[in-house]
This record gives sequence, structure tokens and C-alpha cells, in this order.
Amino acid sequence: MSGTASEGRAWQAWLLPAALLVAWEAAARSGLADPRFLPPLEVVAARLRTELAEGGLAGHLAASLGRDLSGFAVGSAVGVGLGLAIGFSRLVERMLSPVLLVHRQIALFAWVPLLSMWFGGGEAGKVAFIALAAFQPTVINTWQGIAGIPQGYRELGDVLLLGRLGFVRLIALPGALPRIFTGLHAALIYAWVATIGAELLLNVAPGIAGRMNEGERLFQMDLLLLCVLVLGAVGVVFNLGAGALERRLARWRIA
Amino acid sequence: MTDGTAALEVRRLDKSFRVAGRPVRVLADVDLSVARGEFLSIVGASGCGKSTLLRLILGLDREFDGSIRVDGRPVERPGPDRSIVFQDHRLLPWLTVEANVAAALRHRRVGRAERRALVDEHLRLVGLDRFATAYPAQLSGGMAQRVAIARALVNRPRFLLLDEPLGALDALTRLRLQDELKRITAREGMTTILVTHDVDEAVYLGDRIVVMRPSPGRVATILRVPRDVARSRSDPAFIRLRDEVLGWLGVHEGEGAPREPRVDRPAAARDPSGRAGRARAGLLPAAYAAIGDPR
Repeated sequence: MSGTASEGRAWQAWLLPAALLVAWEAAARSGLADPRFLPPLEVVAARLRTELAEGGLAGHLAASLGRDLSGFAVGSAVGVGLGLAIGFSRLVERMLSPVLLVHRQIALFAWVPLLSMWFGGGEAGKVAFIALAAFQPTVINTWQGIAGIPQGYRELGDVLLLGRLGFVRLIALPGALPRIFTGLHAALIYAWVATIGAELLLNVAPGIAGRMNEGERLFQMDLLLLCVLVLGAVGVVFNLGAGALERRLARWRIA
Repeated sequence: MTDGTAALEVRRLDKSFRVAGRPVRVLADVDLSVARGEFLSIVGASGCGKSTLLRLILGLDREFDGSIRVDGRPVERPGPDRSIVFQDHRLLPWLTVEANVAAALRHRRVGRAERRALVDEHLRLVGLDRFATAYPAQLSGGMAQRVAIARALVNRPRFLLLDEPLGALDALTRLRLQDELKRITAREGMTTILVTHDVDEAVYLGDRIVVMRPSPGRVATILRVPRDVARSRSDPAFIRLRDEVLGWLGVHEGEGAPREPRVDRPAAARDPSGRAGRARAGLLPAAYAAIGDPR
């Protein structure tokens, strides 16, 4: 029942965005804002149409997404793997956890100059930076997910004679899965933020942020605003997809 | 009980934990022998070390003094001959009912068909075959505990250890599951050790009752439940025996206190004063005594 009630109120979430769009349009049309800096909505919409027709935007979006997903894949794979190693081995935990806790204190963007020296400002440097962004939340959450398996379940594994492999397969992985997923979900968002950061700060290359740079330099505010809207839309799609997958994987919890 | 056929022999068992750097003795000089096929109830207030005793018999903890022998061999680790039902059902919430039961079969590689048959058979035994594909979150507490019982039985263990298995259930469900436990253990014929703080349950199910006292946990007495005690909770013999157990626990002092207890070990373990009783008088909720009194 609560499902239909909250679905019935889903429109409330759209109130603020709608109000902002109305305010934007009103400000642009009333002359309250300089239309050179804040072009009206229909100009941005027209820009979207021409960008789509000429194929420019789609190509740049594809370039950004490709970069984003390869960085995410590398970073989260290493993050989950290392998180599992720390979670399962006391030795690895003692060796790595202090380093990770310090690593966590370093702001993500502080790595940009270092990574660009090591990997260059090209594609490798960008992917390395995105991977680092995805690595952080996955390693911590995977580790905590394994560490958080209740003692009672560990004991159960002993009593049922599951052995190491059986414990991992039947207890540790499924038990840590919600937490691992939380990490992957966060990594998806971090990686997207890092993608834009890398494109803005490192060498110019095809990509959404490349187009933003172009809009800035050529003083094309419609292009710049369009790019911001596209970035937001991609983030929303990532969020919805991850949320749906999460609910599917943890269906035993809703029951 | 002292002939060579004892299924379980506990001799001079001592166990301490370190709490805040200091050793705390939880079991002191515990002696027990359990015959094959016997149903042994262990009663005692919280903190008398009865759950610790089960953990040691299971082989989950090897740091103790004294000896624990199962079929003559010292216990070193958990084995398929001993299984346990915990107070919290401890089902894995991400597995279905049948997968939870099947998890206990994983250690010995049984074929798919045989696994299905065994899981089916034991779910039928506890009356839950229709819920095979449900998740634990969809079950009531009593149903979940029955699944845990099926999981404990699926390997046909020779020892069934029950650690307050019905303690978290409501009174009616508890009565029903007591009958179910009685039927199942009689049918399967395994040696059963039930740890409980419900005196009625101990008398109703046990062939013998071990009464334990806390700080440190030790055996106060062992009472035999005579065969001729009609196992009806309102039978006078049943009530007498229950009062005797309560007396040993320090409850019902005066009228119910035993004069000539049936002990099958030296009477030295008997606490002659009411000293221990004073500390525990309030530990058994009135409900436990009330369950057995439907008159």
C-alpha cells in the first residue's frame, strides 16, 4: 500500500526542478538576466536539436562514457579485489589498512598533477584518475562488508563444516554483497565526477567536458548549459539503474 | 552411566574466559556422562555456563581443562556427528528455506537427487515442505526455528545439541514445538542435550535433568525423570519433579525444596545453604511456572 501512496506523491520530487526551470525562463525573458549569460530554455533546446542532428554531442557523450566506464571497471575491480583480500586475511589487513586510511584523507583531485606526471595527460592519465575515484569507495565498503559478517554466522560456518570456500560462497560474499553494492554505487557516481574533472583538467580530448571548454572559450552559453544538463541526466540514469539492480539482488531482504 | 558405552563423557571440565584482562571462571569441575539415545536436559539461570558447555562439546572452543570425549574420542573440532540448534534460528537470510537446509549437506558431496530427497524429507519432518522456496524473512519465529531443526537433523547426527532453541518463541508455539521435539528425537533416536531455563520444558523432555548453578557454572545435581512419570504437565508426579528442580535452582524455597533428591552422583555438589538461591530468586520469570499449570 505504501508503494502506491509514495508513487502517488512522486510528482513532488519534480516541483523544485520545475520551479527552477520556470525561474530560469522568466529571468531570461524578462530581461532580469543578460540572455548572453543565461539564454532562454528554447535556445538550449534548439542547440540540443542541432547537436543531435550533426552527431557531435552523441559522439562526445560516447567518448566520455567510454572513459568513465573503463576507469570504473579498472578501479572497482581492484577495489573489490583488495577489499576482499583485506576482509579475509588478517595479515593483509594489518599491512594495508593504515595505508588506506591515510589514502582516504587525501582529496581526490590532489592526485591529478601526480597522475598526469606518471601516466601523461592523455587517455591513460584520465582513466587512471577515474579508476582511483572508483577504487576508494569500493575498497572501503567491500572490506567493511566482510568485516561486518556477524560472529554468529562465522560460528555457523564452522558448525556446518562449510570450510573456507563454502564460508566465502554461502556466508561471506552474500552477506557482504549489499555493502559491496553500496560501494559500487558510490563508485559509479565518483567515477562520473572524476571523468568530467579529468576532461577539464587534463589534455583536451573528445568528451562532454571538452565541449564545455569549447562553449566557455567561444562564449556559447547554450552549449555550456546543455552540457551541464547532459551530465546531470547521465548521473540520474546511473543512479536509477544501480538502485534497480540493488533491489533485485537483495530481494531476500524485502521478502 | 559409567560403563564403556557412554556416548559423551565430560570429566573435570574447567573453563575460564578473560574479561578485561582478568580470568573469569565460567565452568568448574563439571562431570557428566550421557548414554546413547538419552535425552538430557540442562537447566540453570543465565550465566551458569550451560551454553559454553555446548560450545565446548561442539568443538568450537578448545581452550579448557579436563576432558570431553565423544564415543571415547576427545573432541577436537566440530564434526558431522554433532549438530546444534541455536536460540536465534541463525538461518542465512539470503538463502531459501531449502537452501538453508542443504547448506548442512555441503561438506559431504551428495548428489543432486539425494540432496533434494534429504532436504525434502527433513522439511516434511518439521511440517514445512510447502515453504521450501520461501525466504527466512517470510517465516514466523516458530517456523524459522523448525527450519533450523531440519538443518540440524539433515546429516542424521548422533548428537543433537539444543541451545535454548525455544527460548525466543511465544508460549503456545513453544508448547507445540516441545511436542514436536519429543516426537522427532524419539523417532530418530539420537542422543540429545537440551539447554534451557524453562523448568517445565526440561522435565517434559528430559530422561535426566542436570541442574546447574552459576558463578562459576557447576553441576548442582542430576535428577532422573522416572519412566512412570506420566509425561503430562498436570500429573502430580510431574509437578513434584518440577518443584524439586525449582528447589535446586533456589526458587520455591521451603515447601518445594528437596529433602531426598534422586542424585546419581556424589551428594557433595549439593549446596547446603540457601545462599546461592538468594541471588537467583528473581531470575525465573513467573511465566515459566505458569505454562505448566493449565488447571
